[in-house]
Amino acid sequence: MNIQIIAATILLAPVIGGLIAGIDRIITARMQHRVGPPLLQPFYDVLKLLGKENIAVTNDQSLYAVLYLVFNVITLVMFVLQMDLLLILFMLLLAVASLVLGAMSANSPFSKIGAQRELIAILAYEPILISSVVGMYFVTGSFSISRILQIDRMLFIDLPLLFIAFTYVLTIKLRKSPFDFSTSHHGHQELVKGLTIEYSGPSLAMIEIAHWYETVLLLLFAGLFFANNLYVAVAAIAICYFAEILVDNIAARLTWQIMLKSTWIPGLLIAVVNMVWVYIKYHV
Amino acid sequence: MMGILQTAATKSPWIVHFDCGSCNGCDIEILACLTPLYDVERFGVLNVGNPKHADILVVSGTANYRNARVLRNVYDQMPWPKAVVAVGACASTGGIFRNCYNTLGGVDKVIPVDVYVPGCAAKPEAIMEGVLQAVQVLEKRKETGETYAG
Repeated sequence: MNIQIIAATILLAPVIGGLIAGIDRIITARMQHRVGPPLLQPFYDVLKLLGKENIAVTNDQSLYAVLYLVFNVITLVMFVLQMDLLLILFMLLLAVASLVLGAMSANSPFSKIGAQRELIAILAYEPILISSVVGMYFVTGSFSISRILQIDRMLFIDLPLLFIAFTYVLTIKLRKSPFDFSTSHHGHQELVKGLTIEYSGPSLAMIEIAHWYETVLLLLFAGLFFANNLYVAVAAIAICYFAEILVDNIAARLTWQIMLKSTWIPGLLIAVVNMVWVYIKYHV
Repeated sequence: MMGILQTAATKSPWIVHFDCGSCNGCDIEILACLTPLYDVERFGVLNVGNPKHADILVVSGTANYRNARVLRNVYDQMPWPKAVVAVGACASTGGIFRNCYNTLGGVDKVIPVDVYVPGCAAKPEAIMEGVLQAVQVLEKRKETGETYAG
């Protein structure tokens, strides 16, 4: 049974992630009064990249691209198998770490600046992600997703401020403008693609596929706040992602200083207020 | 499986644009293709800034002694299969700068060019057609498994 779930996750997640990316690009184009690419464009892009020559500037660079994919797959599988949320966050961090190491291994200034900015991004979003998980622990008494799903009321009612903070860092994690400064999405050229500048062909395709897995994982994480009602969860995920696309299109790119300040001061503040509130409500 | 890879290669041409000292006329027309009026993303075309991500090199302007090395370098950094489109009279033949003491002539003096787009400045419609013809060149290279020629 578990093997079937794992196989289904590994096969279905990139399909869903790719379709989300396709819908994203069409909505983005419509917001800019363009027709936009076909829905399957992300799949064409990745298949094309898989058929291209792989130019690597260092020996271990392609290995890190594979590791980024592998760790993202493992993270998503752990989530679907309803394992421990803290472990899932650590695995997610390991995935990003391999991307940073890959960028650092190439002797390119843009790649290195991209890697450093990604480290700052980790510094910005990680406390909020961990706070969300700790908030869920205070409400349900467990870090395990299987226990969290057994709670018969909506986590969002207890953790509204943490959900707001989570959606804020979701922008960083999905690399959407205003926080896409370590690497940017199609059509944008921040740092000449920053982290991924030295990747080409199949390695770049792997990073793209890994990002699809990551997107699915993060959206499922957002859905966890509404887990007791499937329809509400799906609606919340859709609204959440649409808001990300909207912000992506209306916001200019900010500096890392603003990102760090806005996540650490107001972001962490509302997260702590929410955590103290649920702690008093359930434990005092 | 190889068939799917071949179809995908024609559906997602990413271009990198290099300006060999053009008067900016052709560059403006190339960028006009990205605007809502022409919207080349309909064909999956993306303007990437990085030659390592690109399939098609779009060059405007006359090749000269100063930029030949850079042009060659950008071309060499692109992964195979790749194609080159020379946009405008200057990039195709040297244009009005042909036979100047500092110029080499068209960009085909430096790198192999697959498609020539005429015009001074070239029209966006012509540039789009040139890029889509370069896609056919890419497809043929993919089919025949033609290796690095430069």
